[in-house]
Amino acid sequence: MFKIVHAQFLAPGIKRFVIEAPRIARKQQPGQFVILRIYEEGERIPVTIENSDPEKGTINIVVQSAGKTTSLLNTLETGDSILDVVGPLGKPSEIRDYGTVVVVGGGVGTAMAYPTAAALKRVGNRVISIVGARNKDLVILEKEMRAVSDALLITTDDGSYADKGFVTDKLRQLIENGMPIDLVVAVGPIVMMKAVCDLTRKENIHTVVSLNPIMIDGTGMCGGCRVLIDGKSEFACVDGPEFDGHKVNFEVLVQRNAMYRTAEQQSMEEFKRLQKAEAEEGEVCAATSGARRGAQR
Amino acid sequence: MSPAASKSKNPLSPKERIKVPRQLMPEQPAEARARNFEEVNLGYSAELAQQEALRCLECAKPTCTDNCPVGIDVKEFVQRIVIGDFLGAAAKIREANVLPAITGRVCPQEDQCEGKCLLSKKVKPLGIGYLERFVADYEQRMGTHIVPNVESTGKKIAIVGSGPSGLTVAGDLIQKGHSVRVFEALHEIGGVLVYGIPEFRLPKQIVREQIDYMRQMGVEFETDVVVGRTVTIDELLEEEGYDAVYIGTGAGLPQFMNIPGEHLNGVYSANEFLTRINLMKAYKFPVYDEPMLDLHGQDVAVIGGGNTALDAIRSALRLGARKAYVIYRRSDAEMPARAEEVHHARQEGIDFQMLTAPVEFLTDGKGWLTAARCVRMELGEPDASGRRRPVPIQGSEFDLLLSVAVIAIGTTANPIVQSTTPGLGTNKRGYIQASEETQRTTRKGVFAGGDIVTGAATVILAMGAGRRAANSIHTYLTTGEW
Repeated sequence: MFKIVHAQFLAPGIKRFVIEAPRIARKQQPGQFVILRIYEEGERIPVTIENSDPEKGTINIVVQSAGKTTSLLNTLETGDSILDVVGPLGKPSEIRDYGTVVVVGGGVGTAMAYPTAAALKRVGNRVISIVGARNKDLVILEKEMRAVSDALLITTDDGSYADKGFVTDKLRQLIENGMPIDLVVAVGPIVMMKAVCDLTRKENIHTVVSLNPIMIDGTGMCGGCRVLIDGKSEFACVDGPEFDGHKVNFEVLVQRNAMYRTAEQQSMEEFKRLQKAEAEEGEVCAATSGARRGAQR
Repeated sequence: MSPAASKSKNPLSPKERIKVPRQLMPEQPAEARARNFEEVNLGYSAELAQQEALRCLECAKPTCTDNCPVGIDVKEFVQRIVIGDFLGAAAKIREANVLPAITGRVCPQEDQCEGKCLLSKKVKPLGIGYLERFVADYEQRMGTHIVPNVESTGKKIAIVGSGPSGLTVAGDLIQKGHSVRVFEALHEIGGVLVYGIPEFRLPKQIVREQIDYMRQMGVEFETDVVVGRTVTIDELLEEEGYDAVYIGTGAGLPQFMNIPGEHLNGVYSANEFLTRINLMKAYKFPVYDEPMLDLHGQDVAVIGGGNTALDAIRSALRLGARKAYVIYRRSDAEMPARAEEVHHARQEGIDFQMLTAPVEFLTDGKGWLTAARCVRMELGEPDASGRRRPVPIQGSEFDLLLSVAVIAIGTTANPIVQSTTPGLGTNKRGYIQASEETQRTTRKGVFAGGDIVTGAATVILAMGAGRRAANSIHTYLTTGEW
């Protein structure tokens, strides 16, 4: 059992958990992730590590509600526990002095981009960060990103905060302004990473993306997370999750991530139905703790 | 000395013993079991076991023991069955084998103990595996595991991986008085025994019971630790105070065929397919959250001819597949799967497409698998493995309609431990170098065995390596000599 020592929403549907996991906290490096399972009947899902505190033995994870497991996770509070947390998994980001690096974080991907930006800054890079979100409420880690960046640019799709537009608009502006860029790191929704790569490919700017395929074990054993890199299968859990974005087949990633859509929708509808039913009976807390034990079925 | 020595408790003469037919293993009828996950073999009754035990010729030089990777004293445990001392028989097996209920179910006995049984020169060999299983299950039912009381040596051993070889090392070393902690990457203990081998061949309850017994003996387990990532071998030795480490991390990464369409939705590795079913219980979706593709009424094929391939396709059948094919590029004679599993699979209605290999997976244009384009093969000259090389027959292509294909053509070494342990020697295929005799690696205090040394093999061979490693770890810890 891994105890949640602090849980807090960063934005609607996006929650940060500080979890007691001393072994992982000691080893975590930027770019890595954990796999967790909330309760006995739960699935295993990969989750971003936003930060860690080796002294206190804690890691921070940031989770956005999307399907049942992430929605259920986001009902957990300080003092609750997660049954299994394993990591840190994946190869760490390659941190060295490149020169000027643009770090692009889209939505909850900002949480994964943050430790990489911080590490790149620490070794002497000029770090320009671009954070994009759908709207004002969903902009996360602004203060943290600002602290590790020489400049922070923010976009919202609807213009409700900072500049209206997409992260690629900002990146294009930087390129058009003639800024020499040695590396782009992009973490976020697949469409965003693909758009960034389409842009940087033309300019011949090396671009690293962090991929998020479906995983089970996270140690290379199952091969479910295979992605097509330069036409060859690689495993995101052990060969990645970071890859040369110009070599990634994003269409296959989108297609494979949709493999269980029907089942995922079924799980989510059932979860919502039970949450609603229990809320109407006035047992909101019982609903979530029951769900945690898998008792909702 | 005659086979029936004077000390024998067996009332039958050797000639009479040969006339006793091999007792059949009671099993679920093929039609019923093909649609459920209950165990296929139901196990001997005490009467059947004693009847079968009577067949043992009690050879002066038993070749069965010589051919057992862990050297079980077969003659002695079978004699104890003859006189009805089933617990004594179990204790005798336990001297050599800490997981008898498991090996009694999954060992390829026909290639080992039973393969060299003297009876098999004239009649069917003694049912050694069935007898082993019987006494192990009997002991479990009686709940009378003997927990040895040994003096502590004060030495600590870390075991990496809780599969058959790691469990063997743990069981052996705890009985020698050492303190043992097993690290497991997954959330359940058992390695391939829980994620790989399906319920109908090895019920998970059996594995849990064996592990509970180890806990009673004092073995500690820690799940959710990926050694190499969560903690390194060097940290275990230097910071956590372990005196020795045993690496038994198993076979590793699934191989793919590198043919077009392997990334399509509906194409699985056998490891993923079996892990979803066995470890994650995806077949109980939505009670369990992990999903898998619905196989009801679907046509499914597995590519490969090993035990893993058969486990996968027989699971698919149980999950409602309409047609279930094995596609294997060689012929029956070369199939590496256990004879009993092939026999069971045929009874259940698995369609074996022998001398056949897929060359491409076809799609509906939306990313989903629709068929495997296959080619028929013929056998040519022997290849490096000594088996005749399959050669494609020109113009023999045909399409096999499928919605799910499972690739079970083997594995390659998982590099996580090797790449994070400086000085740990590996061979050119990436497996860990270890002495065949002592399982010592190139690093002092570090031992390795099982699939991570040999490449994919069997449960019992991994256990054999574990046994050798336990002996050599004990020697190292007591003498300090490397």
